[in-house]
Amino acid sequence: MSEPLLSIRGLRAKVDGEDGEILRGVDLDVQRGEVHALMGPNGSGKSTLAKVIAGHPAYEVTAGEILFEGEDVLELEPDERSRAGIFLAFQYPAEIPGVSIANFLRTAVNSRLGEGEEMDVFGFQRTLTEKMEMLRMDPGFAARYVNDGFSGGEKKRNEILQMAVLRPALGVLDETDSGLDIDALKVVASGVNRLSEADEALGVLLITHYKRILNYIRPDRVHVMMAGRIAESGGASLADKLEAEGYDWLHRAVAAV
Amino acid sequence: MPRNETITELGLDEYKYGFVTEDKPVFKAVPGLSSDIVRQISHHKEEPDWMLEFRLKALEVYYSKPMPKWGGDLSKLEDTLDEIYFYLKPQDQMERSWDDVPQEIKDTFEKLGIPEAERKALAGVGAQYESEMVYHSLKEQWEEQGVIFESIEDGLARHPDLFRQYFSTVVPTHDNKFAALNSAVWSGGSFVYIPKGVKVEIPLQAYFRVNAERMGQFERTLIICEEGAEAHYIEGCTAPVYSTDSFHSGVIEIVVKKGARFRYTTIQNWSNNMYNLVTQRALVHEEAKMEWLDGNLGSKLTMKYPSCYLVGERAHGEILSIAYAGDGQHQDTGGKVIHAAPNTTSQITSKSISKGLGRSSYRGLCKVYDGAEGAKSNVECDALLLDETSRTDTYPYIEIDENTASIGHEATVSKVGDEQLFYLMSRGLDEAEAMAMIVRGFIEPVAKELPLEYAIELNRLIELEMEGSVG
Ligand SMILES: Nc1ncnc2c1ncn2[C@@H]1O[C@H](COP(=O)(O)OP(=O)(O)OP(=O)(O)O)[C@@H](O)[C@H]1O
Ligand SMILES: [Mg+2]
Repeated sequence: MSEPLLSIRGLRAKVDGEDGEILRGVDLDVQRGEVHALMGPNGSGKSTLAKVIAGHPAYEVTAGEILFEGEDVLELEPDERSRAGIFLAFQYPAEIPGVSIANFLRTAVNSRLGEGEEMDVFGFQRTLTEKMEMLRMDPGFAARYVNDGFSGGEKKRNEILQMAVLRPALGVLDETDSGLDIDALKVVASGVNRLSEADEALGVLLITHYKRILNYIRPDRVHVMMAGRIAESGGASLADKLEAEGYDWLHRAVAAV
Repeated sequence: MPRNETITELGLDEYKYGFVTEDKPVFKAVPGLSSDIVRQISHHKEEPDWMLEFRLKALEVYYSKPMPKWGGDLSKLEDTLDEIYFYLKPQDQMERSWDDVPQEIKDTFEKLGIPEAERKALAGVGAQYESEMVYHSLKEQWEEQGVIFESIEDGLARHPDLFRQYFSTVVPTHDNKFAALNSAVWSGGSFVYIPKGVKVEIPLQAYFRVNAERMGQFERTLIICEEGAEAHYIEGCTAPVYSTDSFHSGVIEIVVKKGARFRYTTIQNWSNNMYNLVTQRALVHEEAKMEWLDGNLGSKLTMKYPSCYLVGERAHGEILSIAYAGDGQHQDTGGKVIHAAPNTTSQITSKSISKGLGRSSYRGLCKVYDGAEGAKSNVECDALLLDETSRTDTYPYIEIDENTASIGHEATVSKVGDEQLFYLMSRGLDEAEAMAMIVRGFIEPVAKELPLEYAIELNRLIELEMEGSVG
């Protein structure tokens, strides 16, 4: 059981059908039970990394590997990766008009069960209600169409609700903190912490621009992505340094190499 | 995958609607059309002379009118018309109860998977099999209330005056070429009469199925909803798959009197070689409300525009339609609203889905006559394309002769987005399930107006149609 939950080696990726590489050799290990923060300037490739982990078809992996629980996932479809335990909380979640959150999540939960099996409706309803309470969401929300007309903060909260119901082994949270007010941030962070407590093996890769959320969700490691590579890694204090000094010093260091 | 499992469990595989029950007609006309055929039909039905004359006159009108040049491609239709049977009568008599329905026909209903939507409510069903009503039963309480729900033939035979008073008044023979054809050779359909003030709670349902190769289906339905009455009529049909082109051309006439409310729901799933050209029209009087709920799947070409003629003050008309155009199919559908009185209101909501080489067109007419002060109409049509090859277009015709009228029109075209698909797949849904979910969401605003069993059936039919559309 010493293999990491997530192990990324020499990962290079570009937009399918185009030239420029976005990820230019990413190395990253996340052990079970660890929280890793991923920071870095706009456009450095954080979301691309998140989407490549989840299997977005727009990107082509040109080199390297992604091992999840020791298995190569690059050949897996996004739905297979999801059922294997990878969850991506989107920076910009898509809207699905006409499909209620409850219906959507029930289908997603059932997709994880064996052929012909279905979660019983009441059991599902209980779970959903419980998770919504945990995230202080109005019960009426379950009947709303997925992300349709949601405020920015509601969308983010809805992502964490899905994570709470689907119980993945790895949660990649792409700027889930952006757009949340201070109270919402606390609720969402404590939601994530509750999930970690309930499942001590849960791994989290938390993409963020702000140290703020790291006050609530304590990272084991902090990484900085610059131009498609992990340029610097360190402990929680690295986030403090970035908050205080910005990325300039790193830009200079990267340029010097 | 759970979804597939459910479909297999229910036996809803692709060929489900493509089986053939051995057909044993009592009388089968020769293929093609002639005044002799028309005479034979009328003779077989033991009709009064006026109806024979009506039919023969209609045949003349049919011959005199050119094929429509708009809508879909009808160039091969004339050949088809030479080959089809214009009349087929599977049984001599009307059945009085479910027990009397022949096993073979019950088997057909069984294979169609009627349980959810239809069999359950058999107490109130008139189901049409081939050209005739073979099963008919009416809730006693309705009969006591004076509600008539029987085959169109029985309507003519048993209520001749009432029938003659309204027949062909909403859709006159010369209205269009196919209305004329139907008028000449009509056979089967329903006759419904809801007396003044009577509210029928359970929907009146007719389930029918075209079951003989090259057989034309010319159903004719006449509905009269008297002052203050309320009812909901549901008609659904599936046709088996055949290699030769087939033809369906119905006429539905509805009169909704003062303050009455009527809803007519159709879900049609024709085999892919069927021409489906239907005239559906309602005459809506003062303060009355008419709703058409129309689902069109399958067929080679469907041309169907349910209409509301709002002839009384404050009359309201609503048309909700869903069309699904798969490979090789053209759904030319929409609706017509004619505002001919003050303060009349209408709403058309059209949703179409196209896949592969399928094409869906919205064709709608909104006409406001001079003097229809304060008329309000709103049209909303949304098209969803499932891939790069499918096609959609919109033909809204708006004719306003009244300057106090207010008309809104909104049209959207969307393609199932990669981001939407990825989002759903990233939660564990496979591609087909994700696609189906997006489509279900798209039709939800209309599907939610259907009785639950029908909404489920509609979703299932669409899923069946979509199978093989991905991966
Ligand atoms: N699908 C795409 N098509 C074209 N360019 C893309 C695509 N995805 C990413 N890129 C480009 O790759 C670079 C990295 O984008 P990415 O979204 O990964 O950045 P990020 O680090 O998440 O930035 P931010 O902090 O602003 O969210 C950007 O220059 C972006 O424009
Ligand atoms: Mg990003």
